[in-house]
Amino acid sequence: MKIQKQTDVKIVCYHCGEDVENPNHHIKDKYFCCNGCQTVYEIINKCDLCLYYDIESSPGITQKTKVRDGKFDFLDDENIIEKLIHFKDEVHQHVIFYLPQMHCSSCIWILENLRNIDSGVIKSQVNFIKREVTIAYNYNQTSLKKVAEALTHIGYEPHISLNDVKESKIKKYDTTQVVKLGIAGFCFGNIMMLSFPEYFSFGSMQDSNLKTWFSYLNLILSLPVFFYSASEFFISGYKGLRQKFLNIDAPIALAVLITFTRSVYEILSHTGSGYLDSMSGIVFFMLIGRYFQNRTYQSISFDRDFTSYFPLGVSLIKSDYTEKQISVADLEVGDRIKIHNDEIVQADAILFYGNGIIDYSFVTGESIPVEKSIGEIVYAGGKQTAGAIELEVIKEVSQSYLTQLWNNETFNNDKEVIKVSFIHQISRYFTYILFSIALLAAAYWLFYDSSKVWNSVTSILIVACPCALLLSSTFTNGNIIRILNKYKFYIKNASVIEQMSDIDTIVFDKTGTITEQGKSEITFQGLEISNEQSQLIRSIANQSNHPLSKSVISYLPFSKWLNVKNYKEFKGFGASAIINNHLIKMGSSEFVLGNNSVQLNFGSRVYISIDDKFLGYFNIKNTYRQSLEKIVLSLKSEFELKVLSGDNDSEEKYLKSIFGTNTEMLFNQKPGDKLNFIKQLQQKNKKVLMIGDGLNDAGALKQSDVGIAISDNTNNFSPACDAVLSGEYFYLLHKLLNYCRKEKTIIFSSFALSIFYNLVGLAFAVQGDLNPLIAAILMPISSISIVLLTTGLGAFYELKLKKEKLIKVNIQSD
Amino acid sequence: MGAFYIMIGASLLLAVGFLLAFIWSVKSNQYEDDYTPSIRMLFDNTKKKIKKQESPEIKTK
Repeated sequence: MKIQKQTDVKIVCYHCGEDVENPNHHIKDKYFCCNGCQTVYEIINKCDLCLYYDIESSPGITQKTKVRDGKFDFLDDENIIEKLIHFKDEVHQHVIFYLPQMHCSSCIWILENLRNIDSGVIKSQVNFIKREVTIAYNYNQTSLKKVAEALTHIGYEPHISLNDVKESKIKKYDTTQVVKLGIAGFCFGNIMMLSFPEYFSFGSMQDSNLKTWFSYLNLILSLPVFFYSASEFFISGYKGLRQKFLNIDAPIALAVLITFTRSVYEILSHTGSGYLDSMSGIVFFMLIGRYFQNRTYQSISFDRDFTSYFPLGVSLIKSDYTEKQISVADLEVGDRIKIHNDEIVQADAILFYGNGIIDYSFVTGESIPVEKSIGEIVYAGGKQTAGAIELEVIKEVSQSYLTQLWNNETFNNDKEVIKVSFIHQISRYFTYILFSIALLAAAYWLFYDSSKVWNSVTSILIVACPCALLLSSTFTNGNIIRILNKYKFYIKNASVIEQMSDIDTIVFDKTGTITEQGKSEITFQGLEISNEQSQLIRSIANQSNHPLSKSVISYLPFSKWLNVKNYKEFKGFGASAIINNHLIKMGSSEFVLGNNSVQLNFGSRVYISIDDKFLGYFNIKNTYRQSLEKIVLSLKSEFELKVLSGDNDSEEKYLKSIFGTNTEMLFNQKPGDKLNFIKQLQQKNKKVLMIGDGLNDAGALKQSDVGIAISDNTNNFSPACDAVLSGEYFYLLHKLLNYCRKEKTIIFSSFALSIFYNLVGLAFAVQGDLNPLIAAILMPISSISIVLLTTGLGAFYELKLKKEKLIKVNIQSD
Repeated sequence: MGAFYIMIGASLLLAVGFLLAFIWSVKSNQYEDDYTPSIRMLFDNTKKKIKKQESPEIKTK
C-alpha cells in the first residue's frame, strides 16, 4: 500500500531563492521575497537579459538590506577617479571592480552583458577566481559613479578600497619567472639532444665537422640560459658576498660560472665538447625549485579563497537583535557584528553603537588607544578596549591581512634570539667542504700529473650539487604545512616547525584550553535576582569575551541590553561598570568582596555585587575536554608538564589525579604571573611550549618558544601565538608535535641521499675524467629522487596522524 | 652529410619559433585567469540588439 506523503510547497524568491513570507511581491507567476529582488528582476527583464535566470536557478543575492542612496557620490571626485581607473584616453576609461557577491555562471553572464544595462559601457570582462570585473566605458556617455550604481542595482555592489592598487604587482614577477624557466627548459632539452651523439659514441665521432657544428649550436643555446635565466643566482650570490655572507645561491652561481667558462674554453679551443648540458640542467632544476617555493608560499597566504585559513568566529547581530556565532569567512558586507571588550575587529567596519576606544598596536605599533565616534571607520586588526560595541562591516575579511598581522614585525622583534634556520648553517659547511676537497685534489694532481689539475677542480665544482639543500627544505616545509592544515593545525610560518623539535616542557593554561569552551554547569547561590538585576548583570557580562562571562549570559534569561557606562575590566580579576546609575561589580571574591573566601566544592566562581551590596555568586563547574586524560598520559612520557590557571585552586585535586601529583600547578595566576613563570622556566634553559586560549595569556604565549592557541571557533584571535589548533583536534596534539619533529629527519634523509650522489660524482671528478654523460645524468636523478623522498616520507609519517584520527572517529560513531 | 647541417638548423629555428610563441603567450597574461574562459565559451551569443562597436582592448597591467 502506497503511503502518500503530503509535501508542503514552499514558495521561494525567483531572484535569490530565499523563502517568500509575504506573497505581495510578485509579477504574474513569479514571486519575490522583497521589493529589492523584484526591482532587480524588473531591470533585468527590461534589458532583455532574462537568460540570467535560465543559466542557474535563483542566481541573485537577496536585496533585503537596502543600500544607502548616495553611497557612490564620492566617485564624482576627480582625484578618486584618477586613483581607481587603470586606463584613460579621450573617450574611454577602464576600471577594475571587486564584486564579492559573484558566485555562479549567471553572475558571469550578466556582468559580461553589463553594456545592455548601462549603454555607456563598452565591454566588461570577468575574472571569476579573483571576483573581479574589468569594465571599459565611455565616460562622455556614462560615469564611474553611474557604472557603480548600475552594478548595485542588479545586486552586485562593488566593494571599493583604495588599497587594491598594490595587488597588481605580484603577477609581474610570476611572468618573468615562468619565462626564465621556459627558456632554461627549452635550452636544456635541446642541448641534451644535440649532445646525444657525444654520449653514445663515447667521444669518438666520425665527422669532426658535425661535432664542431653541434658544439657551436650548444654554445649559442647556452647563452640565454647563462645570461638571462641564471641571472638571479648571480645577483643573489654577489649580494651575499658583498655582505660577507655565503648564502645558498653562492655555490650554485659558482658551479654555473665554472661550468660555463670551462665549456666555452673547451669548445673554442676544440679540446672537448664542454658540459653545457649540465650547466643548463643545474639552472633549470634550481629554477623549478624556486618556482615551487614561491607557489607554496603564495598558496599558504592566499587571499580570496573560500576555505578559512584558521577558524575565527564573530558575533553576528541578526535583524531581530539576537546574536549568532558565525565563522569569519561567512561575514558579508553590511553585516552587523558585536565586538566585545579585548576582542580584535576582524574586518573594516563602521561604528554605530557603543564606546569605541581602539588599540591599534597590532597594526601600527601605537599603544595609545584611539577614540572613535559613531559613524567612523574602525579598521581590521584594532582591538576594542572599552566594553562591547556594534559595528557594520564595510569590507570583507581579508585572511591574508590578518595573517600578515600575525607575522608582523612588532612581534618578531621581541623574540630575543633570531634563530637562523639550520639549513643556512649547513649550506655554509657544504661550501667549505667542497672548496677543501677541490684544494686537496688540486694539490694531489699538482704533485702527480699537473695536466689534470684544471680538469679535476672544475669537474669537482660542476658535479657537487647543492640542489639538495634548497629543494629538500622547500619541499619538506611546504608539504608539512599543507598536511598540518588538513588537521586544522595552522602554523604561522615554517620556522615554527623547527622550534618544535627542541621542546622539553609543555605548559597548559586551564580555562578554555583543557576545559571545554562553552560547556559548563552553572548554579547561582545567593539572594534572589529580580528581572531588573538580571538585566544589569547580563549587560555587564555582555561586554567581556571571557568564557565565564559567556556562561553567565547563557544562564540568565534573555533580556534587552542596557546602556553601559564606565566599563573597566581587570584581567584575571573582574569587571565593573555603571548601568542605569547602578554600580555593578562582577568577578573574583577578592575583587567583589575584598577577601579570598574559602571554597569547598569544585568550580569557578563569579561573584556579583550591585551598588556594593553583595548579591551572590555563580558557581560554574568546568567540563574538561574528553581526550584530556589520554593526551596527558602520552605527553607525560616525553615532556615535563605544567598547569597554570587564573582560577582558584578548587579543582587542584582533580587535576592532580589526571596530571600526576608531581606536576607543578599554579593557581590564581594573573597574566603577568603567567608570563613570569615562562620566563623563569626559560632561564633554567628549558624550551617551553605553551598552550592557551589566547585571552589572558597572550603575553605568556608570546614569550614561550612555541605558543599554541586552542580555538573552538570563538572570537579570540591572538597574534601572539605561533600556531592555532582547532579544539576538535585537541586529541591529536601529541601526534602533531611528533609529526613536526620529523621535519629534521626528513631533511637529513634527503641530505644523506644527496651526499651519496655527490660522492659518486666526486669519485669520477677527482680522477679528472668526468664523462659529460655522468654529469648530465646525476643531477636530474638526484633532484627528482630527493623530491620523491621528501614527499614520500612526509606521507609516510602522516599515516600515524591518519590512524589516530580514524580511531577517534570510530570511537565516536560506536 | 651536408643535409644534416640544414636539417638541424631548420628544426632548431622552428623550435625557437615555438619558444617565442610560448614567451608571448605567458607575457600576454592569458594565464592569469584559467577558469572564467571555460564558463564564458558556453554562453550563447545574444548580440542581436547590440550594434557592433569597435571594442577596445582591455588593458590589464
